[in-house]
Amino acid sequence: MDRAAAGPSPFIQGQAASNIALRTPMDRGNFLTPVVSLRGAGLQFGQRALWKDLDVDIQAGEFFAVLGPNGSGKTSFLKVLLGLQQLHSGTATVAGHPVERGSRKIGYIPQQKSFAPDTPLRARDLVALGIDGHRWGLRIKANAVNERVDTLLDLVGASDYARVPVGQLSGGEQQRLRVAQALATEPELLLCDEPLLSLDLNHQQAVSSLINQQCHERNSAVVFVTHEINPVIDYVDRVLYLAGGRFRVGTPEEVMTTEVLSELYNSRVEVIRANGRIVVVGLPDATTHYHDDAHAGVEEGH
Amino acid sequence: MDLGSILHTIFNFENYGELLALVQNSIWAGAVLGLLGGLIGTFVMKRDLAFAVHGISELSFAGASFALLIGADIIFGSLAGSVAAALLLGLMGVRARDKNSIIGVIMPFGLGLGILFLALYQGRAANKFGLLTGQIVSVDTVQLQVLAGTAVVVMLALAAIWRPLSFASVDPEMAEARGVPVRGLAIAFMVLLGVSVALSIQIVGALLVLALLITPAAAALRVTTSPRLVVLLSVLFAITATVGGILLALGSRIPISPYVTTLSFLIYVVCRIIGSARAKRGINGRIVRPHAAMGQAVEDQTVAG
Repeated sequence: MDRAAAGPSPFIQGQAASNIALRTPMDRGNFLTPVVSLRGAGLQFGQRALWKDLDVDIQAGEFFAVLGPNGSGKTSFLKVLLGLQQLHSGTATVAGHPVERGSRKIGYIPQQKSFAPDTPLRARDLVALGIDGHRWGLRIKANAVNERVDTLLDLVGASDYARVPVGQLSGGEQQRLRVAQALATEPELLLCDEPLLSLDLNHQQAVSSLINQQCHERNSAVVFVTHEINPVIDYVDRVLYLAGGRFRVGTPEEVMTTEVLSELYNSRVEVIRANGRIVVVGLPDATTHYHDDAHAGVEEGH
Repeated sequence: MDLGSILHTIFNFENYGELLALVQNSIWAGAVLGLLGGLIGTFVMKRDLAFAVHGISELSFAGASFALLIGADIIFGSLAGSVAAALLLGLMGVRARDKNSIIGVIMPFGLGLGILFLALYQGRAANKFGLLTGQIVSVDTVQLQVLAGTAVVVMLALAAIWRPLSFASVDPEMAEARGVPVRGLAIAFMVLLGVSVALSIQIVGALLVLALLITPAAAALRVTTSPRLVVLLSVLFAITATVGGILLALGSRIPISPYVTTLSFLIYVVCRIIGSARAKRGINGRIVRPHAAMGQAVEDQTVAG
């Protein structure tokens, strides 16, 4: 492990830069230990490099958005942190330890996906699975679990439909339950995989605000994968933009610009800001960049 | 044969008390299988494996007929057949898109093999028929002990994996993210299912195994979604069907399977009616508050990278 030798990333600028220090093995477990730390991380499927030489630290209480077109490795980024995907190169740690499957320090919010209407599961049962669903045997201490479920449902404002079968809930209601389920273990790190997809605007706001509370009020690090930054633009501290085998890390102001995105996409892309919203015009078909291995990582040292 | 004598053949309660004493083993066997079927059935429904149960039962039938043909133990033969089928389905990824075609390929093959073995078999015809349609009356004490012992082992194993298996069955993506060994559990469950199918075949026969492993759980799901209540009702329904079926079948010369399947079916119909009546009235446990109307979408979203 040569993590201690890895210096601050040239990509990380602005407000987060002060958090990056040369890390030695001694400061592991120290409160300054980043919740997520990637060093020289690379991911490759066959000949196609999704990204490589990625150095990034994500701190507690930081809202970190991962953006990019389909197939750019956004979801794979989350899978690496979940321990479901091996890095091709480099190292990844969560809370100072190498990533492991099923870590209790991680909460995970997946894409909204409908349940069959007769799924034998009520809202509260779904949340309860987040508390002890991974344990062997039968549930013995039902009372303790029930109390915890009530607290979590209350936290996300889902108490009114606690006993409704999940298959009969709207997508937005289901995503509130996903937030409750993910918060069951009081995670240090919240991983969100397009949690707002297919939700209407009201539910997008409600769910993203719940995630923001966990981040900025209860100090969890949030990694938020999305193809659409606007619903969370007010919350995002930093952005990782993946495209065409290249990437850029920085504040939204630094990354979401005509220059940076044009360079990432290797073609002219206009970024327009209006009313605090960001509109990107002229996105090329992302698939044309998949084979662009020669350019992978050329942004290094920018 | 007029209607009266047909009815008399189907429902005959002469010398009932004496008969009852003779078939105590059978009733216990029915109760054990009802309990097991009711428990396993809830997972069969959660995992959408109804068709797989059918496929496994056909291979189990083939195994049992082969055992009959070569003079080996029938229980062992049906166990071997169904566990092999279950493992095959488990390893080939039974949740995959092509699962139904795999099962559809295995099922007629198993049935064909079974018929071949039975055709070659020279012994009593009742033995042949029993494998397909069930033979409860002849359960002896040793068989009952083997049956109960195996059922207890299966239920203990099921209890040990209950929570993660539930998680993996209803919410597989999340379960995997939480570190639940989704694939391992799928295979473990298929083995338990295989053993349960083999045991059930002893009572209701290969063709009607679905009545024991699916109908009770499916009926329970029509009336409740509380995980605990589903299990309770499913077991209750299954035991009612098996034990009730045996009690009704006692005096007649007819195999027990039509009784078991009819009871099972009637329970399902009643549950279905109750379920749809509730759905019509909109009862689903939601607490409705006045003026809790949701705001409307204010603006269209802008599209951004």
